[in-house]
Order: sequence, then C-alpha cells, then structure tokens
Amino acid sequence: METNEIPGTGAQSHGYEEAEIPAVDLEDEEVSTGTVAAGRRRGVSEWHQVGKHLLRNRGAVIGLIIIGIFVIGAVFAPLLATHNPIQNNLTMRLQGPSSTHWLGTDALGRDLFSRMLYGSRISLNIGLISVAIGVAVGVPIGAISGFYGGKLDIFTQRIIDIMIAFPGILLAIIVVTVLGVGVQNVMIATGIASVPIYARLVRGSVLAAKEQSYVEAARAAGLGDASIVFRHILPNCLAPIIVQSTFQIATSILWAAGLGFLGLGAQAPMPEWGAILSDGRAYIRTAHHLTTYPGLAILFMVLGFNLLGDGLRDALDPRSRGN
Amino acid sequence: MYQYIARRLLLTIPVIFGVAILVFSIIRLIPGDPARAIAGVQASPEFIEQVRARYRLDEPLPVQFGIFLGDLARGELGRSTFSRRPVATEIGERFPRTFLLATTALVIATIVGVSAGIVSATRRNSMFDNVSMLFALVGVAAPVFWMALMLQLLFAVNLRMLPATGIGTWRHLVLPSITLGMASAGLMARITRSSMLEVLRQDFITTARAKGLNERFVIYKHALKNALIPVVTVMGLQFGILLGGAVLTETVFAWPGIGRLLVDSILRRDYPVVQGTVMLMAFLFVIINLVVDITYAFLDPRIHYQGEAGE
Repeated sequence: METNEIPGTGAQSHGYEEAEIPAVDLEDEEVSTGTVAAGRRRGVSEWHQVGKHLLRNRGAVIGLIIIGIFVIGAVFAPLLATHNPIQNNLTMRLQGPSSTHWLGTDALGRDLFSRMLYGSRISLNIGLISVAIGVAVGVPIGAISGFYGGKLDIFTQRIIDIMIAFPGILLAIIVVTVLGVGVQNVMIATGIASVPIYARLVRGSVLAAKEQSYVEAARAAGLGDASIVFRHILPNCLAPIIVQSTFQIATSILWAAGLGFLGLGAQAPMPEWGAILSDGRAYIRTAHHLTTYPGLAILFMVLGFNLLGDGLRDALDPRSRGN
Repeated sequence: MYQYIARRLLLTIPVIFGVAILVFSIIRLIPGDPARAIAGVQASPEFIEQVRARYRLDEPLPVQFGIFLGDLARGELGRSTFSRRPVATEIGERFPRTFLLATTALVIATIVGVSAGIVSATRRNSMFDNVSMLFALVGVAAPVFWMALMLQLLFAVNLRMLPATGIGTWRHLVLPSITLGMASAGLMARITRSSMLEVLRQDFITTARAKGLNERFVIYKHALKNALIPVVTVMGLQFGILLGGAVLTETVFAWPGIGRLLVDSILRRDYPVVQGTVMLMAFLFVIINLVVDITYAFLDPRIHYQGEAGE
C-alpha cells in the first residue's frame, strides 16, 4: 500500500525478489512479464495488470509489433536474406529496387535488403548490450550512492555531474576516440554514456524508497545492507529502470548509427545501418534508395522502442492505470 | 535562494575541473606515445622531443596536469597537427558558425514545438493533436543525419530551392537549422502538451473559468505561464542535444563549425584540436545548465532549496 504512494514504483510492490534481471529481457516485454507473473504467486496480479494495460495502449502495441518485426528479421536473417550481405557483385552495381533485389543494390553490387536484415542484428545487439552495460554499472552506483549518502554520495554525484557535462553523443564520441573504432567499442561507448542516466535515476528512487517502512522492517528483521538494497529496495525501483531502458535502447541505436555514419563505428564490410547510409551518401543523386531505406529502418526501430517506452511508463504507473 | 545560487555556482567548479581531467586524459589514454599524439603523426623526432619537453611529458601526471591547466587558463590549447595553426584560432573561427546554427535551431524548435504543444493540449484528440504528435514522435526518432540527407535531396537536388551545402547567405542556414531543430521541436511539443494538460486540470484554471474569463485569456495568461516551467528546464538539455546533433548536421551540410571540426580532427588523429573542441563543448554545456537552473529557481517560487543545501 505504501509503495503506491511513490509514482512509478508501485508495480512490483511485493513478492518480487529477483534484482538481477532488470531490463535485459525487454526485447519481448509481453512474454517476459507473463513468465515473471506466472513464476511469482503474489506478483501475478500486478504484472498481469501491467500487461493488460500495455496491450490496451494503441501506441505500445504498434511499438511491440514494430520491434517484433525487427526481432524476427534479425533472428532469421540467414533464412530471410535473399543474397549474401557482404559478397560483391560488380555487374549489379547501384541497381534500383527490383524483383531480385527488393531494395536495390549498393555501389559494390551487394543486396541492400539482405544487408539491412543483418544490420538489424547489429543495431538490436548494440541497443541491448549498451543498455546492459549502462544498467550493470549505473544501477549499483546509483543504489549505493543513494543508500549510504554522505561523502560517498557527494563524491559519486560529482563524478556523474562530470559525465553529464558531455552533451548527448559527445561522451560516446570521446570514448570511441580513446578506444578506437568498431562495433564493440561503440557498444562500450554508448553503454558508458548511459551510466550517468541510470545512476541518477536509481539514486533518486533509492532515496525515496529508503524512507519506506518495509525497509525499516527488513532492517529490524536483521538483514544486512546488501540484502536490503538488492533484495528489497531495488526490486521496488524496477519500474523506472525498465521504462528508462526502453528509451535508452532507442537512444543507443540512434547514437550508434550516428557513430557509424561518422565513420567512427562499424567498419566495412559490416552492414551496420549508419555505415550503409554513409556509404550511400555519395550516390544520393542517382541511387537514393541507399540512404532512404536504412534511414527509415533506424527511424522505425527507434520509434518502436519509444512507443513501447511511452506505453510502459503509463502501464507501470498505478496512478495513470487507475484512469 | 541566493544560498542556492551560490551553492550551484560552487558545484560548477569541481565539474569543470573534472571535465578538464577527462579532456587531459584523452591523449594519455590512447595507445602510443602522448608526445607523438600532440606533435602529429608525421612529426620529426626532434619536434616530438621538443613537445615532450614543452609539456613535461616525462614528469609525473600531476605536473603534466598542472601545465595543462595553466595553458588552458591562458587559452593556450596547442597547435593543430593538421593545419599547424593554433587550436584556439581554429576553434575561434568556427565557433560563431556553430553558435548561429544551434541558436537558430533552438529558436525554430521553441516556436514550432511550444505552439504545436499549446494547440494540441487545448484541442486534445483533435486531428491537429494527432497529426502533430505523430510528427513529434517521428521527429524524435528520425536520425538527424538521415533527415539532413532527405531534406537535401528534396529541397536542394530535386526542387533546387535551397543550397545543399556550404555557408554564406541565410538560405544556407535554412536546411541545417531545420534539420537540427527537428528533434528538439518534437520533444518540446510533447513536453508543452503534457505540461499544459496538467496545468489545465488545476483548480486555479477552473476558478478563472468560473469567474467568466475569456478562454483565450485563461489559456495564454494563466495556464501558459505555469506550463512553460518544465519547458524552460528542458531547454538546457536541448542545447546539449543540439551541440551533439551539430556534429552530425554540420558533417552532412559541410557547415564549417566546431562539430565538423571535431569529427574531422578525430579522423585525422589531430588530438590537440579534439581536446580543445571537447573542452569547449562541455564547458558551454555546463554554463548553460547553470544558467537554466538559476532561471528555474527564479521561475518556480514553490521550490525551496534548503533541504538540498543541508545534504
């Protein structure tokens, strides 16, 4: 009952005790909430309600469908691809869309549709892994900082302030500058760039949760700090983390595509969307499909996660669920 | 209030100091000899030794950092390894162009975003509301470099209405600033709309309406003033997004600002310029957020900062 007083944290108010699995299984939210709900006796009604509310939200459903299509494309890329994504065919350079090459070919005669299918693998991977890095580093920092307070908190907050001083994609650019180009480094870079966001968010939630009576009860029961933070407080802060992660996947995908476009991300011949777009730029006057379609793919994937994020934010907020 | 401002100002010092440490670290963290990184890939062995002596690269890191801070304070940022000109000159030449681009984009985003948000909120669920919210979603989700290319294709290549790249006249500014402002406009429209809807539900609006005040007067005089507070707070953040977006927009439109300078310098391994540009961008962002926070404190009298000061 008391958890319902904190906006956005009431969804997992009781019984839900697995702190280790936030956000990573977002790819298929509907299924994962269902499984979690099935596994937790007292959590059932909460997760069920969230799922029901989510499915009644038109935007969220559209988002889920968009993400679903990309996930299917990514998982079954080898089966769905009509051509080898990295094999050159110089007799078929810069062809427009046709029945053999559905989205046309690029300057080296490679099939754009097949390249983009494999590209969705790269983008989804970057989104998920960078968010996993951000959560794995940012959440404990925020939790410890908020829970212990004092000098430690002041110190970590200043570190976070410094990271936040680099606007948007800039921190990721700096990290790539130091680590060097490549998809792996892009994941690390976008992951690091999202750490301060999680640290801030979780610190705030922990500060609010710390004062709740269930924490006092846990302490009275003789539980240690670690157990209170990870088994009792963090599960109650899960809702904002899930919502943020959904949006963060979208942001990471955008940043990674930007880095790829600048030549700081995936390197040839890897079919990363930003890099495909960048290669296609030179032919924009004669073969604009090389820039149009990868851009649309990025747009839709980002849109899908943003729509899902909006829906999750409403569904996980008991106040708006009441209406 | 003044205590809050003083505290906020004080907190800025360690942040700028920390940013300086991070920027200082870039050259030391990249693999290889920092002296070579500062001198340039093609520098002669003698020149590399000169650089090593000048920046005391053989001495402990704190000494090196002291040299770095001293240089920074005097605006002495070293020389570009590419053009051989002082970094400060390179940046000074380009910064006004980025500033012009970002400010124009911010103005466009504010005008378009805030007005679309107000109309959407007052005509909730209307055709206008649905269409403008769809645009807002797409504006936020579309990659800025792709938007840039599509606008170029449409207005410069196909319609031949505006120049595709370069600088000079106001016509060169149109496409880059619209591209850059698009995402911010979408975000501002959404924030203005939800904030306006929140305010319109409040008791004082009902009271104002009950008094028989004209609906326009209620919306523009009573509601808007309160609804804009969250919009002002995100403007600082917007400026950051714009600076980040400028890196991509300037690259596509061949706009010779600091964003393009940063990308070119990274690709050329021109580390002194990278350092200077990154330092400037972060410094600007910190100062702008400081100004926004202080403005916010003046705008919203409900907030008291004693609690935070006691931490």
